[in-house]
Amino acid sequence: MNFSALAARLSLEHAAGPVPASFDGVYAGDLLSRVMSRLEKDQLWITIMNNVNVVAVASLSEAAAVILAEDVSLLPEAAAAAEEKGIAVFRTEMTAYEICREISRLADGGAI
Amino acid sequence: MAEPLHLHFAVDGQDFSSAGQASVTVKKRLRQLGFSPEVMRRVSIAMYEGEINMVIHAHGGEADVYISDTEIVIVLSDRGPGIKDVALAMQAGYSTAREEIRALGFGAGMGLPNMKKYTDEMQIDTKIGVGTTVLMKVRVKP
Ligand SMILES: Nc1ncnc2c1ncn2[C@@H]1O[C@H](COP(=O)(O)OP(=O)(O)OP(=O)(O)O)[C@@H](O)[C@H]1O
Ligand SMILES: [Mg+2]
Repeated sequence: MNFSALAARLSLEHAAGPVPASFDGVYAGDLLSRVMSRLEKDQLWITIMNNVNVVAVASLSEAAAVILAEDVSLLPEAAAAAEEKGIAVFRTEMTAYEICREISRLADGGAI
Repeated sequence: MAEPLHLHFAVDGQDFSSAGQASVTVKKRLRQLGFSPEVMRRVSIAMYEGEINMVIHAHGGEADVYISDTEIVIVLSDRGPGIKDVALAMQAGYSTAREEIRALGFGAGMGLPNMKKYTDEMQIDTKIGVGTTVLMKVRVKP
């Protein structure tokens, strides 16, 4: 799926890292070891966690990008780590549910 | 590789921002050495969980990784409090993580189960008041 199209349609705010071209699936969750066991390569990861460990988990799992839900901001230390490791992070006011619902709607309509 | 390649890391028990650094470095090395994404993922996730456990439960420790063509061996040792009941600690959902650690996203009680899931062999040696050594092996399919 086309990430830039999604970012534009949902008005996602770019917080750090290089923008990925595409993604392949989504995982939403906040408990890091659960995320580690479920998040797959090239997926989008939706979370409300904003500390530096989020960047490590996204990097090890090779997520396409992280989307911070519920108006959460990346902590400065985490933003620096994301730039250094090349992890894309975006943010939005939407809840995880709203983001997932929109992704599903846009994908079904062939818009992303 | 004739001799296994040995990597050694000191894992700082104070510094949360560098936690996971050893795993990231190992993953990079495995990529350079041409291991499959599958092997890279299994090794780095298992090692990350073990590394984080040393930081949050044992004030840090040491990590040694031995890489050969046929297997990757990870040895994590600490001088932390030890694990009272290993069978209980291995259960999914069991965690003694403190509140401030949980606030960081840890404490799902899934670390040890993940380590078991992602490796072919896992052994825990632990003694109360002395420390814990976790040995994990990931075999490389030819
Ligand atoms: N190196 C260690 N030294 C002492 N106790 C440990 C160590 N590793 C794990 N434990 C104990 O085993 C429990 C379970 O570990 P596990 O990694 O499965 O979960 P967790 O670390 O609490 O949470 P999560 O890994 O999901 O963030 C821990 O809460 C802790 O009590
Ligand atoms: Mg753990």
